[in-house]
Amino acid sequence: MVRVLGWLSAMALAIGLVLAFGVAPRETSQGNVQRIMYVHPPLAWVAYVAFAVVAAASIAYLVRRRPAADRLAHASAEVGVLFTGLAIATGSIWGKPTWGTWWTWDARLTSVAILFVMYVGYLLLRSTIEDRERAARYCAVLGIVAALDMPLVHFSVYWWRTLHQPPSLMKPGGFSGSPAILWPLLVNLAAFTLLYAYLVAKRARLLRAERGALA
Amino acid sequence: MTTDPVIRLSDVRKHFGAQTVLDRVSLDVGRGEALALLGGNGAGKTTLLKIVATVLRPTTGQVTVAGLDAVRQAEAVRAQIGFAGHGAWVYDDLTATENLKFWTTLAGRAASEAELTAALAAVELDRTGPARVRTFSAGMKRRLSLARLTLFRPAVLLLDEPFAGLDQRAKKWLEGHLESHKDRGGALLMVTHSFGRELGVADRIAILAGGRIALDTPRGNLDPDDLQRLYAAHSEDAA
Amino acid sequence: MTFARRALVVAWKDLLVERRSKETLNALLFFSLLLLFVFQFALGPDRERLAGVLPGVLWLGFILSALLALGRTFVVEREHDCWEGLLLAPGDKSAIYLGKLGANLTLMAVVETLVLTLFVVFFDIDLGRAFPGLALVVALGTIGLGAVGTLFAAMTAHVRAREVLFPVLLLPVQIPVLLATVKATEALLLGEPLGAVAHWVKLLAAADVVYVVIGLLTFDVVLEG
Repeated sequence: MVRVLGWLSAMALAIGLVLAFGVAPRETSQGNVQRIMYVHPPLAWVAYVAFAVVAAASIAYLVRRRPAADRLAHASAEVGVLFTGLAIATGSIWGKPTWGTWWTWDARLTSVAILFVMYVGYLLLRSTIEDRERAARYCAVLGIVAALDMPLVHFSVYWWRTLHQPPSLMKPGGFSGSPAILWPLLVNLAAFTLLYAYLVAKRARLLRAERGALA
Repeated sequence: MTTDPVIRLSDVRKHFGAQTVLDRVSLDVGRGEALALLGGNGAGKTTLLKIVATVLRPTTGQVTVAGLDAVRQAEAVRAQIGFAGHGAWVYDDLTATENLKFWTTLAGRAASEAELTAALAAVELDRTGPARVRTFSAGMKRRLSLARLTLFRPAVLLLDEPFAGLDQRAKKWLEGHLESHKDRGGALLMVTHSFGRELGVADRIAILAGGRIALDTPRGNLDPDDLQRLYAAHSEDAA
Repeated sequence: MTFARRALVVAWKDLLVERRSKETLNALLFFSLLLLFVFQFALGPDRERLAGVLPGVLWLGFILSALLALGRTFVVEREHDCWEGLLLAPGDKSAIYLGKLGANLTLMAVVETLVLTLFVVFFDIDLGRAFPGLALVVALGTIGLGAVGTLFAAMTAHVRAREVLFPVLLLPVQIPVLLATVKATEALLLGEPLGAVAHWVKLLAAADVVYVVIGLLTFDVVLEG
């Protein structure tokens, strides 16, 4: 099952990247850099999905105390932090030539950055607690707090940037919805989601093996 | 059912990481019965006690107290037990009386001033009631911890070396208190290091060695010498 | 109501210990005074510039003090195994959370009052009409800080590198509170009516509810140590 996932995601990724960097039309004003916009939103999307999974698995763990739920949360956090980092990086890479700066406190970027910090905090907590059962419980609580906090983060950051201030200049390449642009985006969205699922499955399996060895 | 043991451990294992502290421990303590648990340093006696007290969870195995599962019904178990571990559960900046007042109120029990004073008097701390615990010696703190126990009437008492650091009078008092507890049908699981008269209150002796119960026998007619010999024979830590 | 009495006795115990040991409060009060100096020196004597960053600096002061106060709240339980006692005490554990929260909020309120007074005096701020609104914003923000802070303090109490991990976990989660309070304070100090910052106030109130509810629901899990 995991194997199939691996193959599927590899194929989808291959197609998606080819579409994004090869087939899709070259954007006139921003040039080839704009192609990152086929990759950046999917990465950000997965970053949030991964966090939602961490939250859901955390709740599941607290309710039933099943180790599998904890492994899922842990794996999703590790893969999630990776995707979040990539999302920030691609956003930055796009931003430099476009805005002239590597970073800006735009609402969306800021939210993703906060998400990244939450992930890091979660993983730090995990690594600091030796007792596996305690680590699972505490991380579950943290996961839930952080996840329920995200909507609050969104609103506060958005209001912080947009109220009484000129609206953000960042628009992801100005998608007008034409098929030539939409397809690469959607394919990459699916591809990255599959990749995420594959990586989480592999990681969770690895965790089970690691922990099984100790038990 | 009066024949069911009040405390029952079945095949309990406890690992701390890669270290196995308890390896398939099974033990029973019945109504009105006192079991003294002996063992060398690091044998796992305190760990076992804490598992029964729901402070720790077993890695595998079943623990029931008063018919309740110590893992799944931990809160219900807590209402049935009185626990005195190594720590005295005292706040140094509070007075002796205030300490008792805190623990009783937290347990949902409204104890009157008279009851608190009586509890302190039982362990001869009544004159130090208004003194801050910071000024107490270690022995006094232990006595305060025991005073706390007298304010409750749990079905099960779990004590970790309760006689340690007590003088003769206090030891005698504690013996009497534990005997009354048993007479009321209470069960007692006591971790102890000594072979002296403290064991007098025990009905059965168990020795924990190598993570297992090496011996579980009625105290009966065993005198301290017999005990020492058995202990030396069974435990890894030569007494 | 036993629940209320249990929560109150926990708060009573904490405040009594604090008052007698004077460990945290004195240090906190002095720390706040020190912060004032540090901010003044770091930001320079330029009045205009100070006026612009004042709300941020004020809340920075509150948060730093809160980190100190909250970080210590469970340290006292580690002595003589009192933590064990809290765990084994029969009854709803969320009463302990509420009691701890109450004591922490009281402590924080004392410190914030001092900090605010010092700020008003040193930076020559005219609170005037802004005071009721400001008081509300400060209260809501403090509850938010306290609610998550108390929970996380319990989580990090037994962990290595507690002093570092506690702020690292708390601060990101508190960003909405920080943004809301600073923005609302800014507007209020500029003379705007409370209605103009209603959305921030609502956000704070919502955040407070979420945080306290999570705290009440998950505290027993954290207490299990």
